[in-house]
Amino acid sequence: MEAKAETKDIRNFKDFLQFILKELKPKGDRILTPFNVISAPVILLGIVLIIYRLIHGLGRPVTNLSQDFPWGIWIGFDVMVGVAFAGGAYVVTFIVYILKVEKYHTIVRATVLNGLLAYIFYAGAILLDCGRWWNITNPIIGNKFGVNAVLFLVAWHFLLYMLAELIEFSPAIAEWLGLRRARKILGTLTLGAVIFGITLSTLHQSGLGALMMMAKWKIHPLWYTEFIPILFFVSSIFAGLSMVIFEGTISHRVFSHQLDEEHSRSHDDILVGLGKICAVTMFAYFFLKVLILIHDRHWSQLDTPMGYWYLAEVVGLVLIPCFMFIQGSRHRDIFLIRAAAVLTMLGIIINRLNYVFIAYKWYIPLNERYIPTWIEIVVTLCIIFTEIWVFRWIVNRMPVFRKPPEWAAEGMEQ
Amino acid sequence: MDRRSFLQMIGATAAGVAGSLTAPGVSHARSKAESGEFYGILVDTTRCIGCRNCEVACAEVNGLPLPDISDKSLFASERQTTETQWTVVNRYETEKGKIYVPKRCMHCNQAACVAACLVKAMKKRKAGHVTWDTNCLGCRLCMVSCPFDIPKFEYNSALPEIQKCTLCWERFQEDKIPGCVEACPTEALIFGTRRQLLEEARRRIYQNPGVYNSHIYGEQEAGGTSHLYLSSVPFDQLGFRTDIGNTAYSEYSKGFLYAVPFVFVLWPVIMLGMSRAIKGEEKEISEGQA
Repeated sequence: MEAKAETKDIRNFKDFLQFILKELKPKGDRILTPFNVISAPVILLGIVLIIYRLIHGLGRPVTNLSQDFPWGIWIGFDVMVGVAFAGGAYVVTFIVYILKVEKYHTIVRATVLNGLLAYIFYAGAILLDCGRWWNITNPIIGNKFGVNAVLFLVAWHFLLYMLAELIEFSPAIAEWLGLRRARKILGTLTLGAVIFGITLSTLHQSGLGALMMMAKWKIHPLWYTEFIPILFFVSSIFAGLSMVIFEGTISHRVFSHQLDEEHSRSHDDILVGLGKICAVTMFAYFFLKVLILIHDRHWSQLDTPMGYWYLAEVVGLVLIPCFMFIQGSRHRDIFLIRAAAVLTMLGIIINRLNYVFIAYKWYIPLNERYIPTWIEIVVTLCIIFTEIWVFRWIVNRMPVFRKPPEWAAEGMEQ
Repeated sequence: MDRRSFLQMIGATAAGVAGSLTAPGVSHARSKAESGEFYGILVDTTRCIGCRNCEVACAEVNGLPLPDISDKSLFASERQTTETQWTVVNRYETEKGKIYVPKRCMHCNQAACVAACLVKAMKKRKAGHVTWDTNCLGCRLCMVSCPFDIPKFEYNSALPEIQKCTLCWERFQEDKIPGCVEACPTEALIFGTRRQLLEEARRRIYQNPGVYNSHIYGEQEAGGTSHLYLSSVPFDQLGFRTDIGNTAYSEYSKGFLYAVPFVFVLWPVIMLGMSRAIKGEEKEISEGQA
């Protein structure tokens, strides 16, 4: 691995092409891993189904969307949950580049890469869900800007945030290509990109919640509040960090050969620290939820089926994992922290799906409700697996977990 | 410049400034038409006989499949408008017997679908018509947002469109009244400016004591709509949502949109300041140690 940095110095375009072609070939010794065996057919099937969706349209049998339920899992899970899980990037860059807590520096690149890919793939899933996808560039280069629409803001923020994250990650690309001067210039852009990125994230994480504001009477009163945007923003902090904990746990097993000793040793410290941040933000979130419940006086609703569902989400998947994070970080119980992260992620999935189709039009009887088709699920899995493949491809080539080449080390701090 | 025109100019400037400061998503919808006012339809449900001629006229005018109006069994269940039926007549059993109610787009003064649209495909025309255009992305946020569940999406098409009543926008440009109004044999539907319709509705309420419920549905609902309803019974008996509230739906996302410029200005400044402050502190510590 280290040898590559010494051998390569790209002098001209021909070198560059040869290098890229070489890098495009698969790396790693085994191709028939269990993950590959499961994911490859799903990705292939998913691609076929995506083509079918483009020819056939969104109606049955592709999706179970209806006039009553215009949004399903392609928006509710892929976009709403995917973007919340990608929130780790803005939180970790805030900790490392603004608060300058060096402890977390080792996870920055993986987190930013994960965030960037999440935006490309999951926000990209909008393309599938848009009935008139060929118009997707209209909000960006069209002649009719709905500048007063929340979704207009969200669309622009997605695009700009992808650029910001690309800039944040670009030093790793430059190191991979051996572009020393570009590496230096791109490194100086990081702080600006981080500040811009955090600002954009604040607004579009909450903006996703603000999309639901006009569905006022369609969302169950226990979930509908004028503070939805704030709840979405606060929950994206611990949703993103839980994803970082989860992703880190898996990555450290899969890519363990790339990690130096120092990196592995500090990982437990990092998880404990992230667990603490999760605990604090989750408690704040829970407190907000209680305040809103008291303020809106909907407690009589708690003793209904939807009320139990609400309690399951707020107590079972927010308060309990919050305590698990507290206990886990107090006793350095890494297993408990990981379990809490998984529960928290489940809670976020339930929460976002509630807004999109579960607590949305809760009054519609079960047999007329939206339930995703197998095609919707396979396409979603296809997107997730493809993202993991791309993540792996990049990690195996660029310095994400492993140390940057020595020539880049002096510029690392910025 | 005489004093009068000067004052007018001041007034116009003030209005312009106020207009640009008003809520996002509101200003374009709130502005009155150059011709004056929003047009609309007054539906007097005491006059509707459930003949469904309006459904046929709507289909003919808009090139939609013709409904079979001889089939009375349809009244057994409440129907919603669909992508191929932009107006439907429902029958309700009420305290005053059977009442027929035609349903279609309400053409809100400050429509939720218009405020939701990121490419202005949904548009509030100057004369009050809410129409759809082909630069739409098909994101369906208008359907999520509409308090009356009116925009309908063509799921079974690879080139789908959003379908809904346009208040016969094309016919309006040819100085014709909407197809449904023209076809109504009992004048249960009348077309006019919103102000004329409200006056007429109030006149009917005052001049026929005991006949009408004094509430005009659409006068205040969702900030006011171009489609107005008169009824002899409370509206909740006629399948109307009475919990919609009188606030224009575009107001609900206003709080968030107001916060945007604050975050955009304050966040970078605060973070840059924090970053600089911490950097300075680190330097001091390292210098102190040295």
